[in-house]
Amino acid sequence: MTIIRKGHGRLIAILAAVTLGMLLFAFAMVPLYDAFCEMTGINNKGGRVRVEAPTEVDTSRIIKVKFITHVHGETPLEFYTLENTLDAHPGQVYKQLFYTQNSTSEDKVGQFIATNSPGLADRYVKKAECFSYNQQFVDAGEEKEMAVIFFIDKDIPEEMEELIMFYTLFDNTSGAPK
Amino acid sequence: MTSHDMTADDAHHHGPSKKGILRWVTTTNHKDIGTMYLVFSFIMFFVGGSMAMVIRAELFQPGMQIVPAETFNMLTTMHGLIMVFGFIMPVFVGLANWMIPLMIGAPDMALPRMNNWSFWILPVAGTILISTMFMQGGGPNFGWTFYAPLSTTFAPKSTDYFIFAIHLLGMSSIMGSINVIVTIFNMRAPKMRLIDMPIFVWTWLITAFLIIAVMPVLAGTVTMMLMDRNFGTSFFNAAGGGDPVLFQHLFWFFGHPEVYIIILPAFGIVSEIIPTFARKKLFGRMSMIYALTAIAFLSFIVWAHHMFMTGLPLAASMFFMYATMLIAVPTGVKVFNWVATIYRGCLTFETPMLFSLAFVVLFTIGGFTGLMLSLIPSDVQYHDTYFVVGHFHYVLVPGSLFSVFAAIYYWLPKWTGHMYNETLAKFHFWISVISVNLTFFPMHFLGLAGMPRRIPDYALQFTDFNQIVSIGAFIFGAAQLIFVYIVIQAMRGKGPKATAHVWEGSHGLEWTVPSPAPYHTFSEPPTQIERH
Repeated sequence: MTIIRKGHGRLIAILAAVTLGMLLFAFAMVPLYDAFCEMTGINNKGGRVRVEAPTEVDTSRIIKVKFITHVHGETPLEFYTLENTLDAHPGQVYKQLFYTQNSTSEDKVGQFIATNSPGLADRYVKKAECFSYNQQFVDAGEEKEMAVIFFIDKDIPEEMEELIMFYTLFDNTSGAPK
Repeated sequence: MTSHDMTADDAHHHGPSKKGILRWVTTTNHKDIGTMYLVFSFIMFFVGGSMAMVIRAELFQPGMQIVPAETFNMLTTMHGLIMVFGFIMPVFVGLANWMIPLMIGAPDMALPRMNNWSFWILPVAGTILISTMFMQGGGPNFGWTFYAPLSTTFAPKSTDYFIFAIHLLGMSSIMGSINVIVTIFNMRAPKMRLIDMPIFVWTWLITAFLIIAVMPVLAGTVTMMLMDRNFGTSFFNAAGGGDPVLFQHLFWFFGHPEVYIIILPAFGIVSEIIPTFARKKLFGRMSMIYALTAIAFLSFIVWAHHMFMTGLPLAASMFFMYATMLIAVPTGVKVFNWVATIYRGCLTFETPMLFSLAFVVLFTIGGFTGLMLSLIPSDVQYHDTYFVVGHFHYVLVPGSLFSVFAAIYYWLPKWTGHMYNETLAKFHFWISVISVNLTFFPMHFLGLAGMPRRIPDYALQFTDFNQIVSIGAFIFGAAQLIFVYIVIQAMRGKGPKATAHVWEGSHGLEWTVPSPAPYHTFSEPPTQIERH
């Protein structure tokens, strides 16, 4: 005669709730992760942030800014900039032009992802406008000029003398709204 | 302790109600289900082990000889997945099924029908997982960690089946864990307090909580993969605003506690066996339980040490490095306690004890290399090399696997009623312990010299050590056939009859029932409980 005690139900309900809660937690990690990165200023995912216009230019300092372009995987687009480096004064607004060229016979949609290096320099690179904020529609055979308008915050620490603005081009033709 | 022998010819000593195959399909008996878990996981062990043999044969010399690169990647991936999800996890659930009710004086698991269900999902999931290898485009080839975008954008079509298999395996282990927790909380013999429970039961209680906390996270992660692959979402796709690094965070949030899921029951087994053959009480029993809890807690806050090379901010890297090193403290407590239990004990060296002692020494080596990997400056050199492969095989093979061998030799006489062949078993042990070191120790040197993981071909200077590794692996693989022979002989009733106590120094409720353990045990709860 097996003795089965009553009261399993309550414990099972609690354990099932924990299981379900952890499943929801996994999905909650997606927005939490973005929020955490935004809060700490790491992993700048190219979102648009409000910037105040700079008030003064610090001509005593020169920050060497490098621009690196990268085409992800097999994306059939070209992507480049003409000037790869820029000597920037903190507080001065600059406009840098980038070009993408679609040599194929199909219309393409490109998504540019911006990354700054070192990551801690992220919060000092202020962008008024950037081509990575929107998807770029590049028609067949088109060459497109795109711009980033930015300045470097004058609060940038002394030891940061160089920084890299890195752009990766992804083919997002299949995921774009028609 | 005082024994409370149930008479074997008790009136209510029934066998299974059905005969033949239906007995096994419909059974709700914890012993039957435990046996099925063990048989299933050892089938998986040999499937995954055969893959390792092919991998080592390919790596016996540089160049491509036996399998093409694509197949090689598939084999390393499937080897890892099968060994982790198809072998180590189920084999511990099998031991839990067999032993937990016996050790806490319960008549069965608390939820016997769910128990049946959680076992029978496994062969289905295993079949789906293995079948992907024969599908068009091949099976999963992205490593057992299935990082996005390798497993999303660039993966073969069969990956959707792999995802389904992971879902099923997850469901099975979650159900198994809920069953274990409910059994432990509600089904203990009335006089047994939580604190009186054997350490093996304690380790399983903690493990079960870890499983229900992290397997759902894995289920969520593979669901996101499924949606990225088929429904146009971009959880892990940078082009759509997602982030592949998020995958790694989610995976390792599951993955690191998983590491402890597959080692904590091993700690429990060793903590049962060493006192038996040292004929002493386990040294520092309470500190063992505290250490266990501390390890379980820390396992949740160290996951990013698998991601040092992803470009974490310095502060985060430092936090994860120190938190990881902190785990060495409770682990050190456990190793110290085992050694202190051995100290001045009346030792005898039966096979379970030999495997346990090897476990203590070799697991500690694996722990030390883990400590080396936790240091960011050295991890820069070690990451993604054979050093890592050497490290985790040391904690999994002479760690988890040896504890499973120890457990099976220890409890086999209780299960079958017959002693196994001690001479052959010792032979099995010595071959295994020598060849396991021959296999995995040189891997550390290969890694330090710069041989990367997951490659089918390598530079010439790595040839000699790879040949040593391969020879060790072949010997180790072959030695496991001896183990199968020993177990089958004991199951067929060869060998002397076992007494209820089996071992001179055995202690605990499972040794108070006759050997073999009758189909139904503890229909009346035991009254004599050892108090701690």
